[in-house]
Amino acid sequence: MSTLVLNGISIKINEEGFLVDPSEWTREIAEEIAKEEGIAELTAAHWKVIEYCRQYGLESGKAPTLRTITNNAGVSTKEIFNLFPKGPAKKVAKISGLDKPEGCV
Amino acid sequence: MKKLLILGAGTAGTMVANRLRRLLDRDEWRITIVDQHETHYYQPGFLFIPFGMYSKNDVIKPKRDFIPAGVELIMSPVELIEPDHNRVKLSRDGRIINYDFLVIATGAHTHPEETPGLQEHEWYKSIFDFYTVEGAVALAKHLRSWQGGRLVVNVVENPIKCPVAPLEFIMLADWFFHEQGIRERVDITYATPLPGAFTKPIASRHLGDILDQKGIHVVPEFMIEHVDPDARKIVSYDEQEIEYDLLVSIPLNMGDTVVARSGLGDDLNFIPVDKNTFVSPKHANIFVLGDAASVPTSKAGSVAHFAVETFSENFLRYIDGLEMQPSFDGHANCFIESGFGKGLLIDFNYDVEPLPGRYPLPGIGPFTLLQESEMNHWGKMMFRWMYWNILLKGQELPLPARMTMAGKWNDN
Repeated sequence: MSTLVLNGISIKINEEGFLVDPSEWTREIAEEIAKEEGIAELTAAHWKVIEYCRQYGLESGKAPTLRTITNNAGVSTKEIFNLFPKGPAKKVAKISGLDKPEGCV
Repeated sequence: MKKLLILGAGTAGTMVANRLRRLLDRDEWRITIVDQHETHYYQPGFLFIPFGMYSKNDVIKPKRDFIPAGVELIMSPVELIEPDHNRVKLSRDGRIINYDFLVIATGAHTHPEETPGLQEHEWYKSIFDFYTVEGAVALAKHLRSWQGGRLVVNVVENPIKCPVAPLEFIMLADWFFHEQGIRERVDITYATPLPGAFTKPIASRHLGDILDQKGIHVVPEFMIEHVDPDARKIVSYDEQEIEYDLLVSIPLNMGDTVVARSGLGDDLNFIPVDKNTFVSPKHANIFVLGDAASVPTSKAGSVAHFAVETFSENFLRYIDGLEMQPSFDGHANCFIESGFGKGLLIDFNYDVEPLPGRYPLPGIGPFTLLQESEMNHWGKMMFRWMYWNILLKGQELPLPARMTMAGKWNDN
C-alpha cells in the first residue's frame, strides 16, 4: 500500500498502482495516473472510454475486460490500443480508479 | 417426481450426473442429461498427441459409458434455454423438456474463425491448434517431418481452457526437438496477451525462469489482431510483428452458442454465477458448472471436479430449503509437464496464488509445488487412468475439495 498525493490530498493506491477505494477517484486523479502511465494528455476519445469504464465499474463492482469495452463503448480494439498502448484494459482500469481486470487463471 | 436437467455430458456434466444420481432419491428425482456429441474427449491428453506420446485412441471413449443407470441421456443439440418457463427446447424433433432445476455444463470451445487469417488456406499446413483432437493429430503428423525453423506459440485472448497448457506445449516442444536432434535449428517464441509467462506473479516468475533456462523467448502483452498466412507472420493491435515458420495457436475460447441464443452469457458466452455456489444471480434454479461458468478461476478439469464435489453437497441443502454454503473457494490443482520426464504442480484458489512448497498426498506424495520433479510427471501420467476410472464416475479422490496451506511456503 502506498499513497498518491495530489494538491495536498492523499489517495491510497495498492502495490500495482490501482486505487484502493474507487470512490476517491476524480478527473484530476485520472489525469495524474495517466501521466504516470505515459499518456501526457487525456483527449475526448480517452474520456469516452474512461467514462464507460467508470459507469461499468460502479454498476458491476469490477473493471471491464478489453472485449467488454470494445463491444460496448463504441471504440474499436485498434483505437483503444492507440489510446492506451500496451495492455489497454489494465491501463484504462487504473486510470478509471477501478481494480485490475480479473485475471484469467 | 422432481426433474433435474443437465445440459452437456462433458467433464463437469458427467461428474455431476454421477454424483447426484447417487445422492438423490430415485423415487423422487428424475435426472436427464443432454449432449449432441457421442464422444467424450480426455482433453488434458490432447497436449501429448503432437509429440507422439498419446494417440487419438488414448483420449476418446463413448460418452454413454460414463452415464450411470437411472440417468436418461438424450443426444441432441440444444436450441434454446427458456429460464422464465423452466424449460429447454431441443433441436431434435423440437422436443421440449421441463425442469425444476437446471445445471448448465456446456463448456468452452475454440473459435479460430474469430481471428482473421488463422483458419484460412494455411490452416493445418503451417498453422495448427492442439485444443481439438483434429488439430493435435494434424500437428503430430506435421512435426514428424518438420526440419526446424521458427516455432511461435500464440494465445489469442484469455480466458482459455487449461491456461498452463500453452506453457506445457512449449516445454514439451523444447524436449521433443532435443530428442529429434534438431533443437539448435528451432527458435521457440511464446507470444501471450498476459504481462508474463503466467497470470499470477509468483508462478509467472518461476515459470518465466524455467522458460528462460530452456532458451524460450517470451513476448508478453502481445494481443493478436491478424495472421498474415502468406508472409507467415502474426500482427498485434499495436503493430508488433512476429514471423514464424510454424504457428501453433490457442484460438479464442467461447462458451456455447446456445448461451448466446438464450441471452444468458457475457461477451464471450460465459455465464455469470455466484463464484462460491454456482447459482445464477438471475434464476435461483439454474446452476452453471465447469468451463461454461464465468468465475475467476481456471477453466480446468480439476476445478470442475472440486466444483462438482462442493456443489453436490450444497444442492442437497438447497432442495431441503436450506441456504447454500459459500463452500467453493476456486480451488485448482494442475500438473504442468515441463519436458525431459519432469513436471511441476500448482495448487491455488481465489485468494491464494500458486506458491512453491510441497503438496502432501498420503501414500503417494508429496509432490513438489512450482518446482520440477519426476514425481510430478508420473502424477500427470497417472491422471489419465484416474480421470476415466474415478473422476468421471464421480467417485471420491483423496484430495480435499478446498485448498489447504499445508506444505506451502508463504515467505517469498
